[in-house]
Formats: sequence, structure tokens, C-alpha cells
Amino acid sequence: MPRMLRIDALRAIYPELSQCVVVTNMGAAPAELFSLGHQPGFFYLWHSMGLASSVGLGIALSRPEQQVVVIDGDGSLLMNLGSLTTLARYRPANLIHIVFDNEVLLSVGRSFTTATATGTDLAAMAAAAGVPRTATCHTEDELRRAFGEALAAHELSTLVAKVEPVGPPGYFIDLHFLESRFQFQRHLRRPAAGEGGQD
Amino acid sequence: MPVSATHSQVIYDALKACGIRLLSVLPETWLVHLVSLAEEDPEMLLVRLAKEEEGVGISAGAHLAGVKSALLMQNHGLLASINGIVSLAQLYRIPLLMLVSHRGGFGEEHPWQTEGGGVTEHVLDALRIPYVTLETPEQVAPRLRQAQALAEASLKPVALLLCRGLMWED
Repeated sequence: MPRMLRIDALRAIYPELSQCVVVTNMGAAPAELFSLGHQPGFFYLWHSMGLASSVGLGIALSRPEQQVVVIDGDGSLLMNLGSLTTLARYRPANLIHIVFDNEVLLSVGRSFTTATATGTDLAAMAAAAGVPRTATCHTEDELRRAFGEALAAHELSTLVAKVEPVGPPGYFIDLHFLESRFQFQRHLRRPAAGEGGQD
Repeated sequence: MPVSATHSQVIYDALKACGIRLLSVLPETWLVHLVSLAEEDPEMLLVRLAKEEEGVGISAGAHLAGVKSALLMQNHGLLASINGIVSLAQLYRIPLLMLVSHRGGFGEEHPWQTEGGGVTEHVLDALRIPYVTLETPEQVAPRLRQAQALAEASLKPVALLLCRGLMWED
């Protein structure tokens, strides 16, 4: 049975996601999230593979009143597995770590499998690292429910969403990474008063 | 322990005077007092890393969120962090302030430190990262302040090399 598509999974949680500070990894996820509707609180980390969770941790510790969501991939997380132990050590309650696991390095153009295709269980690794709330989701409904519960619990969470190795037609987004970077900084540094405030 | 507690305090005080509120660190011998000072300071967010490159990401996040930070590590940690420095801090114009213990220089007694010691400054040059050495306590506060000013004005990484004469009491 085919797994869910990443774009459908993102669409399922987009209403809540649009209200959060979101840091993505590189490749298909940022292109698909951008296609659903850019927000000033969305930051797409092109390159720097593996560091999205570390950037998210830096933001979450610096701005504990903001809900931060990191969107990672299996290949990206496998490059920075130690990050799970650092996340768990500081356990920021305002950080939810979503890992879209398609079991391949999709953006290189040929489907080279990652170790999750041969049995590596990233949710189990997160739990073993000490992340207090973890789940593996196979459908949009499961992800929507797990994400809603993690938001309500206000607890560090790693949610692994198993998705098809299918991406968007291209990875170009009409927002230069530096423009995105300064827009995101301005959004993060806005006065803490209202929620979902505009720049 | 021959790591200088007095000079570690000078460095810590200078970091505080620069408004540093978040310190990412991977402990090593020369940095033990600095880590202890951060642990005991309720105003400091101390992030103990599994690997130094994480600290590049954490400092980037802190900067975007408006918090001044520094990354404290051994020169071998700098070598282990190069892709993060290039593909995040340099590409995304992050004023990453790095304090790097410069092991493997003159006076080094541990053979395993010597290769890294020999390439550290060449690597910083190749990466076009401005750096200065800190060899005496008098240099610490002014050079740290100047390094932070340059990092913030250029929106680029800068490094301070913590040298044996400052950190170690032979």
C-alpha cells in the first residue's frame, strides 16, 4: 500500500503550522510548504544539511514563548543524530520535531536509500535519546492527531511521518534565502505582545 | 589543575560584558573552568553539545531570535564544524562568535593535538574568517569586544584563538 504524500501530510497540519515558527530542512519539504502558502514565520534552511533541528533548538531556547516546529528528513536527521540527544537534554517544551521519512535521499535525482529503508527506526532512536514524546505516523489523520496532541501537551516531541519518496516538480521557490532569512529574523524579533503578528 | 582559573574568569567576565546570553560548548580540558562558570550562572543559557557543529545551528537560531551567543570549542571542534560554518553561518550571514582553544601549538605535550594545531590558522585563513589570538589576560576584553563588533557589522563568523599562554599555567 502506498504511503501518504508529504504534500498531503503538510496540508493536513498547515492550519496549525501557519501559526508556528517553522524551520525546515532542504529539498522537497520547503518547496512543498512554500507552495501551500509562505508565512513570515517560515524559514527554509537550504544546504547546511542536518542543522535544522539545531537552529530550531537555538530559537526554542531563546524564545520560550514561541511554538517552534522543525521539519526534518530522514537523510538530514541521520547527518546530525547527536542533535536528538541535545534536544532531549534541554527538552524545550515549545519544540516539535517532525521528520518526513521517505527512506531515500530524494533530491539527488536517483533513489539512494537511507538506513531507514533497512530497519533504522528514527522515532525509537528519538525515544532512546530521551525525547519524552514520540510517534510514527502513517496517515494524514494520524499525523494531524499526533501534532495536535503534541501542541496541547506542550512537550518536546519527535513525530516521524512515513511518506512516499515523491517530491515536487522542482525545488525552486521564489524567495531568495537571504530575503527569507531577514524576513524571518524580523518576525522572530517582533514585540512579544500579540500572537501571529505581522511585520 | 594547571588550567588557569583566573584567566578563565577574565574570559567569562568579558563574554558577559559583551551581552552573551547563550553559550554552546563541547567541554575540553582547557575549557573546564569556563563551562563551570556558565553552569553556575543563572543568567546564562548553557547548551552542552554532542558535536560542535550543532553549536553553529544553535547560534544561528539564537541570533535570528535576537539573543547574543558564542560557541566555545577546541580547534578540533572547529575542524569538525566546517560545513556548518560555510553552509549556514557564512551562506546565511550569521555573526557567529567562536572561541577556540588552540591546542597543538608551541609547548604542546600531547602528540595527538599537534596535527590540528598546525592547520588551525591555515583553515581559518582558507575560510576567510577573521581571527585574533588571545595570549594575555589584558588582551581578552578589548579583543572580544572588537571581534563581536566585527561579527555583527559584517554578519559573518569571527574567531578568537585561546592560546596556551592564557589558558595553561606551565
